[in-house]
Amino acid sequence: MHLPLSDMYNKPDERNLLDHMHQGVIGKPLDRPEGPLKVSGSATYSAEWRIDGCVDGVLVLASIAQGKATAVHQDEVLARDGVLAVIVDPAMPRRSAQGMATKAPKQDVANVEYFGQPVALVVAERFEQARDAALALRVDYADAADPAPLDPHAAGVKVEPAPDSKPTEGGDLDQAMRDAAYTLDVEYETPGHASAAMEPHATIAQWQGDSLILHASYQMLAYNVKEIAGCLGLSTDKVRIIAPYVGGGFGSKLGITHEAVSAALAARELGRPVRVVMTRQHVFQTVMRRSETLQRVRLAADAAGRLIGLGHEALVSNLPGEQFAEPVTQATEFLYGGENRLLKVEVARICRLTAGSVRAPGEAVGMQVLEAAMDELAEKIGIDPVELRKRNLPAKVPVKGTPYSSRMLVEALEQGAQAFGWAARKNRPCQTREGDWWVGMGMASAARVNMMVPAKARVTLKADGTALVETDQTDIGTGTYAILGQIAGEMLGLPIDRVMVKLGDTALPPGAGSGGSFGAISTGSAVMHACEAIREKLARKLDCKAEDLAIQDGVARSPEGHGRPLTDLLAGEDLAETGSVKPGKTAKDFSQASYGAFFAEVAVHAFTGEVRVRRMTGAFGFGRVLNAKTARSQCLGGMVWGIGSALTEELVFDTRDGHLVTHDLAEYHVPVHADVPAIEVILLEERDAAASPLQAKGVGELGICGAAGAIANAVYNACGVRVRSFPLTLDKIIADLPDPFASAA
Amino acid sequence: MATTLLTAQVNGTPQALPQDPRRTLLDWLRDDLGLTGTKKGCDHGQCGACTVLVEGRRINACLSLAALHEGDAIETIEGIGTPDALAPLQRAFVAHDGFQCGYCTPGQICSAKALMAELAEGWPSAASVDVSARPMPTPDELRERMSGNLCRCGAYSNIIAALEEVIAAENPA
Amino acid sequence: MKAFTLDHARSAEEALASLGQGHTAIAGGTNLVDLMKLQVAAPDRLVSLRRTGLDAIVPEGDGLRIGALVTNADCAADMRVRQDWPLLSQAILAGASPQLRNRATTGGNLCQRTRCGYFYDTTQACNKREAGTGCAARKGFNRIHAVLGTSDACIATYPGDMAVALLALDAVVLTEGPFGPRQIPLAMFHREPGDDPTRDNVLHPGEMITAVKLPAPTGGRQVYRKVRDRASYAFALVSVAVDLSMEDGRIARCAVAFGSLGTVPWRDPKVEAVLTGEAPSPALFAEAADVLLRDARGFGANDFKIPLAARALAATLAQATKG
Repeated sequence: MHLPLSDMYNKPDERNLLDHMHQGVIGKPLDRPEGPLKVSGSATYSAEWRIDGCVDGVLVLASIAQGKATAVHQDEVLARDGVLAVIVDPAMPRRSAQGMATKAPKQDVANVEYFGQPVALVVAERFEQARDAALALRVDYADAADPAPLDPHAAGVKVEPAPDSKPTEGGDLDQAMRDAAYTLDVEYETPGHASAAMEPHATIAQWQGDSLILHASYQMLAYNVKEIAGCLGLSTDKVRIIAPYVGGGFGSKLGITHEAVSAALAARELGRPVRVVMTRQHVFQTVMRRSETLQRVRLAADAAGRLIGLGHEALVSNLPGEQFAEPVTQATEFLYGGENRLLKVEVARICRLTAGSVRAPGEAVGMQVLEAAMDELAEKIGIDPVELRKRNLPAKVPVKGTPYSSRMLVEALEQGAQAFGWAARKNRPCQTREGDWWVGMGMASAARVNMMVPAKARVTLKADGTALVETDQTDIGTGTYAILGQIAGEMLGLPIDRVMVKLGDTALPPGAGSGGSFGAISTGSAVMHACEAIREKLARKLDCKAEDLAIQDGVARSPEGHGRPLTDLLAGEDLAETGSVKPGKTAKDFSQASYGAFFAEVAVHAFTGEVRVRRMTGAFGFGRVLNAKTARSQCLGGMVWGIGSALTEELVFDTRDGHLVTHDLAEYHVPVHADVPAIEVILLEERDAAASPLQAKGVGELGICGAAGAIANAVYNACGVRVRSFPLTLDKIIADLPDPFASAA
Repeated sequence: MATTLLTAQVNGTPQALPQDPRRTLLDWLRDDLGLTGTKKGCDHGQCGACTVLVEGRRINACLSLAALHEGDAIETIEGIGTPDALAPLQRAFVAHDGFQCGYCTPGQICSAKALMAELAEGWPSAASVDVSARPMPTPDELRERMSGNLCRCGAYSNIIAALEEVIAAENPA
Repeated sequence: MKAFTLDHARSAEEALASLGQGHTAIAGGTNLVDLMKLQVAAPDRLVSLRRTGLDAIVPEGDGLRIGALVTNADCAADMRVRQDWPLLSQAILAGASPQLRNRATTGGNLCQRTRCGYFYDTTQACNKREAGTGCAARKGFNRIHAVLGTSDACIATYPGDMAVALLALDAVVLTEGPFGPRQIPLAMFHREPGDDPTRDNVLHPGEMITAVKLPAPTGGRQVYRKVRDRASYAFALVSVAVDLSMEDGRIARCAVAFGSLGTVPWRDPKVEAVLTGEAPSPALFAEAADVLLRDARGFGANDFKIPLAARALAATLAQATKG
């Protein structure tokens, strides 16, 4: 069998190449190779590069929501000690770029569109001088004459269909709702969320002639190059971004943001490198928010609990002119049956911080609501929630009829339930009391679309028998360093300590970037293709076919059985190949998703309504497991996000002036150690050849997609209070709690 | 009047404190001394990424002024171990995958080191049922004691597993 | 941060001399540096109290004298505090994080400013930060704000935990200042906002806290309950400090104080009068809560604090009177 002629992934590659290699590193729970650097503080993040002559800039944010910055009183601060420049430049973006934007976001910061929008940058010799001057900088504003609403629920707010998407309609949902044996028609709301990566956005910009070099913290470098080149009017070959370590992204670093562009402008004006590190408050106020959602779910089921109708409608919000709308119904499209359906997303146009991608856009908030609604339906019908899911898995995608590439949802439901001890669940609320705590269990399905995006990677098998993988693909905590090394090590038959991985530099071949759970499978597939090409060449040297070539521990063997060390075969010459992958027909021919199931046990305080998660189990099927340790960690991390989404996280905007009230980590509550109990993760192996040449699917976001629903369902099972507004803070629970001095009802 | 050079010990080496009293301990370590292992996550004592040890006690370097540390012995992550000579805590973090993006990790490790000293000294915590009793390193105790260190990647349970392993190794039953 | 000069006082006397000249004291700095970075506080002269020698915990009679510079961590870990005034240890341990507790001091903690989001934001109107500018919290996001002790000018809470326990324990704040030494019962240390929310406490300019004195241990059952939005590292929505003694199945004496409920740490003798001499029961706890909350007023987002306080009180009293 020969290599694919085209890099477009048009047909599922059923060769399962990685299962036929001999090194035994793929899939193993190997330590991250960059681990020793990270645990010793030796990994260099973007603000930490020592660059001679570098000075510091601090952004200045608008204190009105809409209007114009009419005057910036630069001279007042330029007179201060150490202050070098005040940058007010129409090239500065007023919005962050969306993920994969590839062009400049809206610029011209003199036009203010949301409270907190950056309007200027102050640069000084030292950080304290810049920060002090930035706070002192006087800016005059003229309020907009006819301001647009600040609040998605304001009277007269303009609501439009989500751009780039059409509602999915099938049959007659209204009729199904009239006819069905069991119906549910409920509204849920989820608040805005922040990515809140631990590393604030930071860029060091330096010019070498007319070329720009950025040390920055971004997820999708090849796209980010285009975005900043667009902002500055540069050709893309004049921009290089270096980001070997990114301290978390979670969507907020998909597109170029304000600090990079303003640092570049300042560095050009001053003729010296400029570093701009966003304060945590700046990150919250200027980068990106996940939109709040208002969701209506309608479920119509027959007497046996099979869905005949499914409605999922959502209202989200964004600035005028933004194409991005939180794709709330993304998983609802394919997850459950019900041919009579209406799935639609609408966008309210308001003047508030740009809404964009935060980890698992769409499913993060759509799944948690859908799964809560399914739980309500299960109770109405009187069947076990797990059983309800199992009865509603269609053979093909409703309305569209697309086949599924693979789906391990049933296995996840069954194995997860078993491991968790789901059988012990009481099917009525308020049945279990332990001291002052009501205890309950809940579950939810997990689903997240899978996609592959174009990616390239270069692999060099060096004459000394080591291999080097090179790509601008980032590792944002996702385990890229480990996984790409394991793919190359497996394909080339090398022990893992002989494989080096170099990432995060746009001088290297453009990978997929980290986002949408597609990084590992896309760039990993490119690595695999490069290795295939190298194996072809090695096979020719041994006069055999590539599929008959066995390499292990650096020794190549043909069917004749002669083992030749690679160093011999290479005879002093490196073998370098660039692999490439692009999505193709498999993306359209199949519905591709990663699946799983969550099980949660919570305790609700009988007096105060405080909710604590006592344990969770997640079982997940996402194709081939590339590294069991990092995959497990991704799932753990996602489930922690689920805890936050269920119980504590909420962006609060003051609708009088539009400012973000919860703009730091003291007010925006991400889970802390004490919020996170023992979490069990079960990884289910499968091969999905349609999803990628690796037979792998994405796992980076799957652990969020529905987790909060499981927790909400457990809260209801514990104390009988069904809260349809996330987060489930205690004020929403105590009003309806049973008498605290009663034991089980 | 002669200006005396005020110093603090950083990982055993005396270092001159900065002239500008506004400089925080964190920015002094990162920018003036080039010890970038200690991280700035929020600059307002809300995340713990800047945790360092001062006289063996963990503090948020971002909320302390460098000039207030004259004569102090300060230990940062760089002093705890290097890639070629990792301390047991660091090795346990790698083995248990107690990190993902790695940005909160130095703070977690410095915190964990100090936590072990606090436990050894018998300090109680909010998780202790009886504050006058000697605390035990139960998972609930460890989680509460580490709660001043945020991890957005959600590596929490692996961090606790790493910490449990090291505590058990240092306190064989 | 605005530029400032930093002096180091080598004794309490030197510190007082500096304070008398208008310097601002800095001890651990965990609140002050936070505020200075945002220019909510902008002193131009600081004096460090680090070397003033006020960091001892010593018995005094049957009580305990805790120096103003004793860190929260050291205070909570002190075996005498843990055994004889466990409420104080519990309350301190419920606050902040280990890192913050290792720097925050007894004196500094008593002086900590509110967490109101409008106080913290210099783009917003705040009478506490700048007199006469208005209160953006009243009709804004006031979830963490007070339902007792508010005024038209301000509804912000004092957010600390330690002070709530000290209030229940009848602690006294010892100060030195331009008018000589004072002994201020904790109940009189913090100020409700009234017409002048800019002053959180009764300290005069130039006056500094030197110590906090605990009276003889009560020997009672002591429980500190902190109710908050996540399991740790968060300020209280409401907290309850209870110290009570039982006799013949009745509450012989009790002290009950509340945090984050009023604009100051809150203790109401009428609540204790309801409880004293009575047998514990849900009805009794509810009656005590009714008395506590008779003048409570919510501002929208914090209405829930009223039922929450009643429930938290019941839970804490139930726990303290059990067995």
